[in-house]
Amino acid sequence: MLATAFAAVVLVVLHWEGYKWVGQQTGDRVPGTDIELLVDTDDLTMPHAKDILGEFVVDVRDGRSTLPMSLYLLKKAWFTLQEAAIGFFLGLVVGLALAVLMLRWRVVERGLLPWINVSQTVPLIALAPIIVTWGRLNDLPDLLSISLIAAYLTFFPVAVSALRGLQSPNAADVELMRSYAASWRTTLFKLRLPAARAYLFPAFKIAATLSVVGAIVGEISIGTKTGLGRAILEFAQRYAVFPERLYASVIGAAALGLSVFGLITLAERMFVGRTREAST
Amino acid sequence: MKARQFTRVACAVMALMLLAGACGSDERIAATGDCDTVDSVSLQLQWVTQAQFAGYFAAVDKEIYDKYCLDVAILEGGVDIVPQQQLASGAVDFAVSWVPKALVSREEGANIVNVAQIFQRSGTLQVSWADSGINGPADLAGKVVGNWGWGNEFELLAGAGSAGLDPSTDFELVQQSFDMLALLKGEIDASQAMIYNEYAQVLEAVNPDTGELYVASDLSVIDWNDVGTAMLQDAIWADGARLTEAGYQDLTKRFVAGSLEGWAYCRDNSSNCVDIVLANGSALGASHQAWQMNEINGLIWPSPNGVGMMDADLWAQTVAVATSQPILTAAPDAGAYTTGYVEAALASLNGRGMDTVGTSWQRVEVTLNEGGE
Repeated sequence: MLATAFAAVVLVVLHWEGYKWVGQQTGDRVPGTDIELLVDTDDLTMPHAKDILGEFVVDVRDGRSTLPMSLYLLKKAWFTLQEAAIGFFLGLVVGLALAVLMLRWRVVERGLLPWINVSQTVPLIALAPIIVTWGRLNDLPDLLSISLIAAYLTFFPVAVSALRGLQSPNAADVELMRSYAASWRTTLFKLRLPAARAYLFPAFKIAATLSVVGAIVGEISIGTKTGLGRAILEFAQRYAVFPERLYASVIGAAALGLSVFGLITLAERMFVGRTREAST
Repeated sequence: MKARQFTRVACAVMALMLLAGACGSDERIAATGDCDTVDSVSLQLQWVTQAQFAGYFAAVDKEIYDKYCLDVAILEGGVDIVPQQQLASGAVDFAVSWVPKALVSREEGANIVNVAQIFQRSGTLQVSWADSGINGPADLAGKVVGNWGWGNEFELLAGAGSAGLDPSTDFELVQQSFDMLALLKGEIDASQAMIYNEYAQVLEAVNPDTGELYVASDLSVIDWNDVGTAMLQDAIWADGARLTEAGYQDLTKRFVAGSLEGWAYCRDNSSNCVDIVLANGSALGASHQAWQMNEINGLIWPSPNGVGMMDADLWAQTVAVATSQPILTAAPDAGAYTTGYVEAALASLNGRGMDTVGTSWQRVEVTLNEGGE
């Protein structure tokens, strides 16, 4: 597992440096042709991998003092993680509730499902100012508004997958429950929810990564004082002088996304056991 | 002897009366810090914490607002935050915004009022390399000219127009990002830059030919203040509908006074203000903030009519440019700005012997380090 991860990083670095080397040799053209490469390979556009990785130990400013970049990003990531976690759980509750409602009444499913799909076509940048204005008018801290943006992204995969999962038991099992004169609620808890686990956890994984994306986008869109999104925004402004920093902060964001993905995978192992068995 | 004593007492009484007169009906603008109640207000900035907003941060940090019985929450901007929209929607109590952008919102129906014109000059430049031969707007002919769009391009368009250039045919107008990469990489000939931000970024970059940082003489600058198409920028805007309420008038009076005092503090203590900005969580470097503080002071001081007072000529110029360009369809009505709150504040500040004009303010020498560190 670790070895594969390491190999993957090495592979990416080799591709990065290889592409950069080729571009430097040919003057940013596809070798043997006059076609320009899609991305320039100079140090401003593509800093050396060692410079980007080295940036993690360089001191950057944090308030009055300075911190190594890796600690700085960790600190920012902790804030973003809180927003993302609130957003994730809000999205989870809303998504599950919607799925149960849609399961209970077909008419709700027919009425609601198209709107749930439509909801994801609304661009976040249009939504963010509405949410933050609404939040401030209701005296919510901006942190919660950002969590709401994250929740807006996360409820969707949960709702859709949960509905499929809850509908997944085959007719014979449902008939059996009916022959026991089990109530709708008993069927839900004894049959449908256990069956839905195999559908839910993949959705949770998507939702968890989306919650990080939502939190970062939210931080960039609306005002917070800290967070990974703010770090990315500030370093983006300094791209001309410190391109490595922006890359480092983006790597930090990716690492946070991977971490929450890993957390959900762990939870899945605890609750579902081996996924394959559960889904058959 | 007696006579002198009498004069002293008379002077003291007169001073007190003057002070009381300046304070009007509300005693709290006297900034005594003697508060029965403290009012919470929020201020929306246009962008992240930086020296551009140092006066407000200093007024919080140095407890200047406290003297006015205010508890001020400063809200940073973000890419989707439009300060005057936040203000008009009632989400915040006050907002900092550029005049033309706010006037567009006002024309669209947002009832917002300029209650203090903080920046007396425009900070927007068009920057090119010294060897490009671009020394004035006329030289932009045939060049690739960068701008940020989103309403930031109008001083440039008006300036080029004043030199007889048509932006659709005489030069190539391209959108640039908020860094100076395009100029540094030679993709554009002239780049838009704020004197307190992007311009410094060039001077913080290493010139690959010399191995040293770029210097000012490497650059050629068009300053729209000189061309005569400059538009007014950072101002404090208040909610026009609420300005009819006595309570909000009182808040505005105190908030404006406290903010102006904050700016006066940053004029006299610029290095402290840089420190305050850094402490409020800027990832931008110390020398960059020191540069920015210096240039921001240059945009405010001297304020010939007193800090925060509207320069009527520049207002007229801003409106003229805005209506000649497709920004505003018509000149704004007289209610778009009011000087009453600043006048009350200035009376109070002057009454306490504060310098509100800054004639003697001098630029400090700022050494920029690589990357603004």
